[in-house]
Amino acid sequence: MAKQALGPIRRSFAPWDDPEAKPLIHFRGVTKRYGDFTAVDGIDLPIYEREFHALLGPSGCGKTTLMRMLAGFEEPTEGDVLLDGASLKGVPPYRRPVNMMFQSYALFPHMSVEKNVAFGLKQDGMAKSEIADRVAEMLTLVRLQDFAKRKPHQLSGGQRQRVALARSLAKKPRVLLLDEPLGALDKKLREATQFELTDLQVDLGMTFLIVTHDQEEAMTVADRIAVMDQGVIRQVATPAEIYEQPASRYVADFIGDINILEGRLEKGANGISRLVVPEDGLVVETDQPVESDAQNAWYAIRPEKLRVSLDQPADIAVNTVSGEIWDIAYLGDVSIYHVKLDNGTIMRATTANTTRLVERPISWDDRVWLTWDRNAGVVLTS
Amino acid sequence: MNRGPSWFNIVSMVVGFAFLYLPIVLLVIYSFNAGRNVAVWEGWSTRWYVELMSNDQLLAAAWVTIRVALLSATIATILGTMAALALVRGGLFYGRSLFSGMVYAPLVMPDVITGLSLLLLFVAVGFSRGFWTITMAHITFSMCFVAVVVQSRLISFDKSLEEAAMDLGAPPMKAFFAVTLPIIAPAVAAGWMLAFTLSLDDLVIASFTTGPGATTLPIKIYSAVRLGVSPEINAVCTILIGIVTIGVIAASLSMKRKEVRRRRDERMAAAANAA
Repeated sequence: MAKQALGPIRRSFAPWDDPEAKPLIHFRGVTKRYGDFTAVDGIDLPIYEREFHALLGPSGCGKTTLMRMLAGFEEPTEGDVLLDGASLKGVPPYRRPVNMMFQSYALFPHMSVEKNVAFGLKQDGMAKSEIADRVAEMLTLVRLQDFAKRKPHQLSGGQRQRVALARSLAKKPRVLLLDEPLGALDKKLREATQFELTDLQVDLGMTFLIVTHDQEEAMTVADRIAVMDQGVIRQVATPAEIYEQPASRYVADFIGDINILEGRLEKGANGISRLVVPEDGLVVETDQPVESDAQNAWYAIRPEKLRVSLDQPADIAVNTVSGEIWDIAYLGDVSIYHVKLDNGTIMRATTANTTRLVERPISWDDRVWLTWDRNAGVVLTS
Repeated sequence: MNRGPSWFNIVSMVVGFAFLYLPIVLLVIYSFNAGRNVAVWEGWSTRWYVELMSNDQLLAAAWVTIRVALLSATIATILGTMAALALVRGGLFYGRSLFSGMVYAPLVMPDVITGLSLLLLFVAVGFSRGFWTITMAHITFSMCFVAVVVQSRLISFDKSLEEAAMDLGAPPMKAFFAVTLPIIAPAVAAGWMLAFTLSLDDLVIASFTTGPGATTLPIKIYSAVRLGVSPEINAVCTILIGIVTIGVIAASLSMKRKEVRRRRDERMAAAANAA
């Protein structure tokens, strides 16, 4: 298959910003209760044609339940799931034009690879010759054409994963559901497969919905991510927005590493506001427009946005704090510094190790200054 | 260190196996006795096997037994599998623990009580006793065994396999027959075998529920032995032992072959990955 250039497709793809666009899938006020426990709590989420959408959250946050309601294995207690504008209420799983790739792969152990892939096509009553062609096409797609006669237990984990993918793609579903699809693979294979999945999704022009607890996985594959927690969606946005503009402390903390300072907001002149941390008088300046004055707020800043230096910066006008190096983690590509500020707060800073140094210049107990720009962090009010 | 088994182990093994198999070996040997007297050895002969072939009563009883066993085992397997499915898959329906308890109860119920209660039922309903009442009685008690065997397999069955089948377009019944049943087939077959042998050697329940014209082999043998052990009976029992032995050996050989093949396949898959 000729590989398409991803850039033009992914760069311009943003149907969620288009008020005219009709969502392919629409969760509308979906709630799912099991007895007293609310697994999914009034979720509204539109997902668009050709979108690669990720549901991201810790285990038990309701992401799998939400996906299973689309597959038809669970019925919403309240609300409705729409596909192409039509309600899926009461439509059993075997009549829904969506297919799912299961976390355990759920390959039929008593059937060969080709029989597994052909299973769904056979249910549709497709002609034998057509089935054979489609199975061959699918196995070529996942590079398993030489393994057609094997049984699942004769395959490696990675190969099984590809059979499961081929089987769920064979019927060319309107939506492909991926339930933690790469969880059982080792790290290298998982990363390679993530890129393969995005290529595949663009090449096939299909809509993918992935459930994962792995933020790196979600950020690698997805056009948009819905961050879930305790049955509700905390934020839906592109990976970059989720990372750089988290909507709340929960999202900021869940995705990547972050330092969070609590204080009071003071609206200033020239669009520059200040956040004052009461106990120690630490003042943070930000150019982010803030709505109200004198309210409690949090300032969140990513460790890699902090500059670490051994010398006191010349202009210490804004956003400079000093402290001692409390701990260092050298990870090869980056180093993580835990800096204990004079007031006792510990801030994390990461620096890329761009030069090859045998002796590290910054060591334990060194006095360092941390500086950052006005636009480096975000002010959060929830 | 590679020590052989200790003397203690050897002795306890010999004694144990002697307890189990000496009576059976004696029975087999005496079935080839030339004389009529069971206690006196008069030399080798297959005379009693020949005579057995012309003993219509015994052959008729054997035929009844096999028919009852085949029919009751098959129906018990179907009902027992359904019961197991309901108990494992039925979710938390009202009275579920009562039901699962009730499935196990007949396993520990003395045969005499099962037999007597079934007899009372048949009398009360007014069934004429015979082939069908024995069959029904056997279905009743052997389906519990099937349910237990199949249930234990279903508990470890990955439900997502069935969901995958439905997800790919198979309605529930189709998903069951195309995916679930083939995978739990060994347990279902084991349940059938168990039901078949239980029916084959049941004496107590059969004697409660039998009627004129339907004498099973165990009943026949038991009543014959009361009039004195005849070498013919020894011959019948030897044949039964032979059938059971062949069945057990065949089953374990085929299991072993499958296991060996599966291991080899997995080794090959692992080797292919390493390469």
